Amino acid sequence: MTKIEITVNGTRHSREVEDRTLLVDLLRDHLGLTGTHVGCDTSQCGCCTVHVNGRAIKSCTMLAAQASGAEVVTIEGMASNGRLHPVQQAFTDCHALQCGFCTPGMIMAVAALLKDRPHPSDEEIYHGLEGNLCRCTGYINIVKAVKQAAHVMQGK
Amino acid sequence: MFEFNYLQAKSLSEAAAFVAANPDAKLLAGGMTLIPTLKQRLAQPSHLVDIGALPELRGIEVEAGKLVLGAATRHHEVAVSAVVRQALPALAHLAEQIGDPQVRNRGTVGGSVANNDPAADYPAAVLALGATIVTTRREIDAEDYFQGMFATALEAGEIIVRLMFPLPQRAAYAKFPHPASGYAMAGVFIAETKTGIRVAVTGAGPGVFRWRAAESALTTDLSPAALEKLSVDSADMNEDFHATREYRANLVKVMAKRAVLKLLES
Repeated sequence: MTKIEITVNGTRHSREVEDRTLLVDLLRDHLGLTGTHVGCDTSQCGCCTVHVNGRAIKSCTMLAAQASGAEVVTIEGMASNGRLHPVQQAFTDCHALQCGFCTPGMIMAVAALLKDRPHPSDEEIYHGLEGNLCRCTGYINIVKAVKQAAHVMQGK
Repeated sequence: MFEFNYLQAKSLSEAAAFVAANPDAKLLAGGMTLIPTLKQRLAQPSHLVDIGALPELRGIEVEAGKLVLGAATRHHEVAVSAVVRQALPALAHLAEQIGDPQVRNRGTVGGSVANNDPAADYPAAVLALGATIVTTRREIDAEDYFQGMFATALEAGEIIVRLMFPLPQRAAYAKFPHPASGYAMAGVFIAETKTGIRVAVTGAGPGVFRWRAAESALTTDLSPAALEKLSVDSADMNEDFHATREYRANLVKVMAKRAVLKLLES
């Protein structure tokens, strides 16, 4: 067993877990944060994307122990004061989802992309979302939502 | 995953001593290959020794005509580093093409070189540039380091500390990525050095290799046309359900021409 001290969405948690526990399992099973999904479980689909110390990572391919001491943000931590994050709002406005399964990971990946590239070109959006799959193939509206969110976040 | 004990190494010497004393322990840095391997129960280490956060393994700098990368430097850090972009832009470009953003935020250059996946990108740069692999025990030349599919000169318990890339006059990397995984179906790194042109190929064969005929041809005439009459032997290429040997042999030539064009434009 290993002791994990972790800050998730601003709240500090301390848990004793098996050494082999994945970060996504810590979030879902131990902390009850089921907004982070497990899609492929083979680090391809990106449904499990969360931010660890500000960077997007796939939480199905990181041990909880590797994240001990880190600041983690999940989809549950994106809205603030009852207001959706601009990326969440853009996904709603642009109907950037069909079944919605990939959406939490997609939103976390987009938020990270816009931190690195506040004004992404179409090419940069495609390249930046290569780690996330939408099996409904709803990419057109996802790209639209990325552009709207970029626009709103630049205060234009 | 089978059970294992996780240890966060406090220093490189502690990690080295631990893996030397525990032959079934494995080193963990980014974990982008190791964790999927464990999840499929293809390995059963007794311990995972996490060296990913050791300050001794980090850092990007230019020193005496060489770009020096700490082994635990992440692909994303290489891709965006102002130092790398200035000194060796082809390497920043290579790092930017690895996997996807989430993978680049975790995976490390030392991990990639230690694993020596036949379709990994970094081995092409390491071999083409004639880099030196500095370990906890010695310095290894790229020529002696790569020994075929997933095989390297690393001994049990030996840890890569940093990589030293001699700076070329110009360099370029062109890759045909597998559309799903992003791994190289064929990737060609070309370096123009004081002693001539060096060409290394990854993804196409069982391990990274130098394409010497292309090196001679390009040293005489640095243009895509110089490669027109050359070909790699398809018998030496990999074949799987993604591509035949002949297809991969052709991709090598196409990627080599693209790399030459990029190099000339750089």
